[in-house]
Amino acid sequence: MSEVVATTRTILVVGGGISGMTAALEAAEAGADVLLLEKGASLGGWVSQLSRGHPTLCPPARTLEDELRRLGAGRLRVLTRAEVVRIDGQPGDYTATVRLAPPAPREVGNADRSGDPDASPDADPDAVPNPDTGERKLRVKAGAVVWATGWRPYDAAKIEPYGYGRIPDVVSSLDFARLADPLGPTGGRLLRPSDGREARRVAFVLCAGSRDKNHLRHCSRVCCAAALEQAAHVTGHLGDEADVTLYYVDIRVTGSLEDLYRKVRSDPRVKFVRSKVAQITRDAHTGSPVLHGVATEGGQRYARVHDLVVLAVGMEPGVPGDALPLRLVTHAGGFVAPDPANGAIFAAGCAAEPLDVSRCVQHATVAALRALQVVRRVGGVEG
Amino acid sequence: MGEGRKDYRGDFLAEVEARVEEGEWVKMCMQCGVCSGSCPLGPDWEHPPHEIFQWIRANRRAEVLGSPSVWMCTSCHACVVRCPRGVPVAHVMHGLAHYAARLGLAPPGQPTRRLAERFWENMTRTGRVNEPRLALSLLFANGPGEGLRTALRMKDAGLDLVRAGRLSPLAALAGDGVEDPAGLRAVLEKARAIELAKTAALED
Repeated sequence: MSEVVATTRTILVVGGGISGMTAALEAAEAGADVLLLEKGASLGGWVSQLSRGHPTLCPPARTLEDELRRLGAGRLRVLTRAEVVRIDGQPGDYTATVRLAPPAPREVGNADRSGDPDASPDADPDAVPNPDTGERKLRVKAGAVVWATGWRPYDAAKIEPYGYGRIPDVVSSLDFARLADPLGPTGGRLLRPSDGREARRVAFVLCAGSRDKNHLRHCSRVCCAAALEQAAHVTGHLGDEADVTLYYVDIRVTGSLEDLYRKVRSDPRVKFVRSKVAQITRDAHTGSPVLHGVATEGGQRYARVHDLVVLAVGMEPGVPGDALPLRLVTHAGGFVAPDPANGAIFAAGCAAEPLDVSRCVQHATVAALRALQVVRRVGGVEG
Repeated sequence: MGEGRKDYRGDFLAEVEARVEEGEWVKMCMQCGVCSGSCPLGPDWEHPPHEIFQWIRANRRAEVLGSPSVWMCTSCHACVVRCPRGVPVAHVMHGLAHYAARLGLAPPGQPTRRLAERFWENMTRTGRVNEPRLALSLLFANGPGEGLRTALRMKDAGLDLVRAGRLSPLAALAGDGVEDPAGLRAVLEKARAIELAKTAALED
């Protein structure tokens, strides 16, 4: 068919974050035809904004750098500013309708298209720009789809008693990641938003919006370890000046991350308070945030002033279940389930469940393998 | 079976689940403490809700049912809306208070219990709450001397309420009522009999 840029032997990867890039690279390096679509203007996703990650593994930025370097390999094509609006078909024979935002995305990679004159999106008769919006539509064929649309942070402003958006020094864990980034807006200094002073008394509020019937019912899994890592960053950055408090319901870290927990727990500069914070107010005189609640171990009522409060916000799917371009079986939180009814559409990384960077890479590799099995069967390579 | 082991058998949780209104929610508590931290009366409680929940699971029957704390809830529902597990904390507190009163285990002099009882008596007499009469009965609950002193201390507030049309002294004499107060009392008596029969059935 002349209007398609890919064939039923192509693996379509949707989402250019760490999971999508991993799946695309693994599949391409295994010899498959891969088309990687990214809605935004650049690859990298959330990981491109994280300077720190799993303490015993390679830093996320480095993982990303390695993957960007591998992009030239195999029959991999990348389209940015490309959003999948619809997917029709069945395993081995899908057609995706893709909206290309202006300005026209450029292809990168060195896919050999010598025998495929219609491989450029420009060959698509539908790819005439809409005169009003400049958008173009494109239809692509694929044998299997890796759905790697990632996650987004739960909107902390919805946790009304915590005052995010009303109290300037209440920030989210992602805001904090920018403050802590040496290449970030403050050059890595923990300058609090209200007055630009360096924050010394830093509070981390765990389960902010997770494991909560009023917000996200699921445990977002990564926030405990991320908050511990950020707490360790504060002590490392400020030395003996640091005065860190973690407010938690349970600490949920597994595997080697338990070592991180032990390390932070034994640090006298970090206090652990077992309590879901009830409310955050703003001190009338200093403007600093004040945390209110009851410590459930010991029963003490507290009203503690901090310079900066970090809400360890939960993960929700980047594309909610009701906004998917086709009907898929999802979990209650909107994450795409590994269900046979989803055919050859395989969710990878945080589109499937809340995962940290290293587990996203593993999960995406599995998704790539599943997709490879489908397109090889279509191509008759394997029975 | 040693004495020490008995404390861990959790009979009291089963009792609460079976006999206390909304008692089946107790097991859902994850001890995050957000209810206790959200309670506007929190500083006045001896034992905040999350402790009561834990005590139920720890089989501390006498402490829970004799606790003045379960009588402290004013039904503002801050805990109910914030509880991450959807536990109707206020309802459970009222259920426990009511159950303790039914068994005769509730603390007798507890002021909020006294208010609740007087409110109930006042309301069931005619089917409408007679506010001036309720206020008077509370003022003089501790004898005429203290009643007069409190009345004098509160007189400005009372006069403001009268001026604003929120309190009518005449209503203390006449008052309002439902059409058939005897019928209402029969309904309430029947409800009470059903409730007691339910408890009796569980005791068999």
